[in-house]
Amino acid sequence: MTVEPTAAPAAEPVIERPAARTATAPGVVPPPSGLTQRGDTAPDTSGGVGESTQRPDGVLKVTGEFAYASDLWHRDMLWGHTLRSPHAHAEIRSLDVAEALAVPGVYAVLTHEDLPAATHYGLEFADQPVLAVDRVRYQGEAVALVAADHPETARRAAERVRVEYAPLPVVHDEASATAPDAPVLHPERDDHHAPFVPHPNVVHRQPVTSGDPEGAEALAEVVVRGEYTVGMQDQAFLGPESGLAVPAEDGGIDLYVATQWLHVDQRQLAPVLGLPPERVRLTLGGVGGAFGAREDLSMQAHACLLALRTGRPVKMVYNRQESFVGHVHRHPATLAYEHGATRDGQLVYVKGRIVLDGGAYASSSPAVVGNAASLGVGPYRVPHVAMEALALYTNNPPCGAMRGFGAVQACFAYETQMDRLAAALGMDPVELRQRNALAQGDLMPTGQPVDSPAPVAELLRRVRARPLPPEHPWEAVGAGGEPGVDPRELPGGLANSSQGEGIVRGVGYGVGIKNVGFSEGFDDYSTARVRLAAVAGEPVVTVHTAMAEVGQGGVTVHAQIARTELGVSQVSILPADTSVGSAGSTSASRQTYMTGGAVRNTCLAVRAELLRRGRERLGAAQPGWHEPGLRLRDGAVVTAGGARLASLVEVLGEDAIDLELEFRHRPTQPFDRETGQGFGHVQYSFCAHRAVVDVDVELGLVRVVELAAAQDVGRAINPRAVRGQIHGGSTQGLGLAVLEEILVGPDGTIRNPSFTDYLIPTILDVPPMPVDILELADEHAPYGLRGVGEAPTLSATPAIVAAIRQATGRALARVPVRPEHLTTGP
Amino acid sequence: MRLTLTVNGRPTSADHVWEGESLLYVLRERLGLPGSKNACEQGECGSCTVRLDGELVCACLVAAGQAEGAEVRTVEGMAGPDGELSPLQAAFVETGAVQCGFCTPGLLLAAEELLARAPHPGDADIREALAGNLCRCTGYENILDAVRLAASRAAQAPTDPNGGPDHDR
Ligand code: FES
Ligand code: FES
Repeated sequence: MTVEPTAAPAAEPVIERPAARTATAPGVVPPPSGLTQRGDTAPDTSGGVGESTQRPDGVLKVTGEFAYASDLWHRDMLWGHTLRSPHAHAEIRSLDVAEALAVPGVYAVLTHEDLPAATHYGLEFADQPVLAVDRVRYQGEAVALVAADHPETARRAAERVRVEYAPLPVVHDEASATAPDAPVLHPERDDHHAPFVPHPNVVHRQPVTSGDPEGAEALAEVVVRGEYTVGMQDQAFLGPESGLAVPAEDGGIDLYVATQWLHVDQRQLAPVLGLPPERVRLTLGGVGGAFGAREDLSMQAHACLLALRTGRPVKMVYNRQESFVGHVHRHPATLAYEHGATRDGQLVYVKGRIVLDGGAYASSSPAVVGNAASLGVGPYRVPHVAMEALALYTNNPPCGAMRGFGAVQACFAYETQMDRLAAALGMDPVELRQRNALAQGDLMPTGQPVDSPAPVAELLRRVRARPLPPEHPWEAVGAGGEPGVDPRELPGGLANSSQGEGIVRGVGYGVGIKNVGFSEGFDDYSTARVRLAAVAGEPVVTVHTAMAEVGQGGVTVHAQIARTELGVSQVSILPADTSVGSAGSTSASRQTYMTGGAVRNTCLAVRAELLRRGRERLGAAQPGWHEPGLRLRDGAVVTAGGARLASLVEVLGEDAIDLELEFRHRPTQPFDRETGQGFGHVQYSFCAHRAVVDVDVELGLVRVVELAAAQDVGRAINPRAVRGQIHGGSTQGLGLAVLEEILVGPDGTIRNPSFTDYLIPTILDVPPMPVDILELADEHAPYGLRGVGEAPTLSATPAIVAAIRQATGRALARVPVRPEHLTTGP
Repeated sequence: MRLTLTVNGRPTSADHVWEGESLLYVLRERLGLPGSKNACEQGECGSCTVRLDGELVCACLVAAGQAEGAEVRTVEGMAGPDGELSPLQAAFVETGAVQCGFCTPGLLLAAEELLARAPHPGDADIREALAGNLCRCTGYENILDAVRLAASRAAQAPTDPNGGPDHDR
């Protein structure tokens, strides 16, 4: 359903430098072009691995010139808008777009009837409709699309699409999903988990058993049981879902988009658009944070469909309310645990059952289940284990990837259990953890040996050894030297609810374990293209990958690695796009390991080729070329003894070296469907926290006073960026502890889709966060590094809640903790 | 309607502005100044923070018409004429206060306003002044560092105070 465009379609490539977008100079604003950076003191090779170099995109970001996906602009572009379902579960009886099409300024209105090819898509399997067909399964599901010449026109036209819904009963929890007469949400499902699930509304179920958990009960002298709840958290990146789709002359499409994984978007888009993958070209637009929420498609297919239909570039940008239904969330979970131990604090067995609400579509639920099941006992040595994790299909908002998935939910529960066990034993909670701490050489419940450092006890020791922050931080000295109160240091802050009376301090600990990289037999790889050439008499390295820079600093690290490996100061990072091989996802703490590893791997091949050429061209005259241990340093080839053989420019001459290679981590295995046994994970990552809180016990107000972390990162490629990741992850854990929850009613609708009602931590909520970094190399990983980004998100939450428990004496079996949990109930 | 205003010291105008458009929309979509960000468009995140006749405002909450004849300062106006960064901009880059950077323009404007009125802020003052600016990436630690660094440098170099509102004129 289209109206003829009134202006001629123009698909000018969006690849130039930004033309100023002023009334007098209309043009295009492209995504970020290449980032060129010199080592801090050219021409030597400082700025390499291990230094806190600055971001190559930092200047663009502080001057406002960095083009985020929502900033892209094309003079002929239309604006796309999505009409979404107000119901969580309903049949679509009829759909009429005539009135919407008649709105002046509207160029196209699309429904499922207009789809040219595949009608469904999905990360792990294609269960989600591009546009709803005859049924909607969650509030916010896309039903129709509009393209118009102004975003407001598109929005108003969408309101004129007539949709007749007949509401259906809503499946909203385990009981309603698995009842004998429960509506089956995907009766046609044929995915690879379908034959094995206990109920068709279970996406995937994974047991993990080791030892003899039933027999072990008799050996336990002390048993603690608990049931826990984790609310639905939102990634709440600041840069909204956005992109610009430009139809190309070859009938294909160029999409500039904020995403986490260009090639998985391409893989899902091509069948939906009915195009061969090579005609679906993606380029990364500037990304304003991700945290998992950009792993699934949002506006990608919709903008492309509108662009192909209208022949015009189409831009889509979600507003915040739409963003809350436009991406998947962290799975809310209910977790039941039983821990058995000897009287002297040795864990004997752990039994656990974790139920994750996957919402209407699968997204990455199976992988979340795998993590929860395999990491469900935490970083502890447990001889007998019976874990089970499963994800449900419900009519709640779809849930998928968020920082630390599966492991975050489990960590809150197992760490609370450890505190309860310590209390039951009359033991110090840190000592109990240390006594049972996982160490290198131990076996995971999956039977996988921990074959690199696992300094769990040491991390706990470090956070505990740190001096405690002073008590009564609100006590201030007035101008005349008289004692006063600074309300900004009190729980409740400037609301001035207390003068310091009724405030109790608490201290709590937590430690967690997260897998790094894609697990369970997934062929996880990344690709890097590296070019070494002489430009104007200087050696220059160009690095091209498809890695999504989402803020984490991958581009910084790539430049560091290239400098270190090739001894070159000047490094250009090309924009990420699909003209180079896949980098895999910016998720699972994997990019420094995987794409950093790929850049290193290709650099090593470039170096080998350079040395081969040098030997060939210059080796006859200079015997030094045949010595072992030649190195590249400061733009030259030097011997192991430091003698300079030739400059890189001399060796290269006019001929650049240009290589593109894939890099893989060691293979993993799927978990056995019955026992969960298998070498499932590439690497483990550990972080410990100590939280100090002040609680106004009468008003239920919490102020986190300090949140200290210790983490083993294997090797800190960029120490400042590592600390930044630990700060950011810890803060999201703090949010889950005391602030953040998407409230979903029993009708499946979101009650708080705004930053007014969904609270992410402000600078007033976040305390000083001292960070202690350990570097114990993992010999399997490039540079010995360990993925960093997710582990700190795990343990911050239980540490803070443990501190609140200590201050209040309350049980607190659910997060986030709200004021009413501290003033009423148990 | 036609809107006439001064942005970063330059008189400018936009035609065909709709009644309901915000100052943020006009800056971003009509004047080619997308540096001010649009994380919520509900007045809750501060990513769109600009100075309107010197006052800090959320540009998403200002109706375009309210800016008629006004002086607006955005992140695009912070660096010097030859592109040299203001002390705050430099400090943000150096301390790692920028990750994804979506919060950065708004934080820079808010921090600049703070340092203009309180050149030696304590941590509690910085926190209070930046409380309306959400950042999802950094946990704010390095943002505090950046503001402290810019303030301490300004104290050492009294002739170039903190890149205040007149820095670029
Ligand atoms: S975009 Fe204006 S406050 Fe968020
Ligand atoms: S750096 Fe990403 S929101 Fe602040």
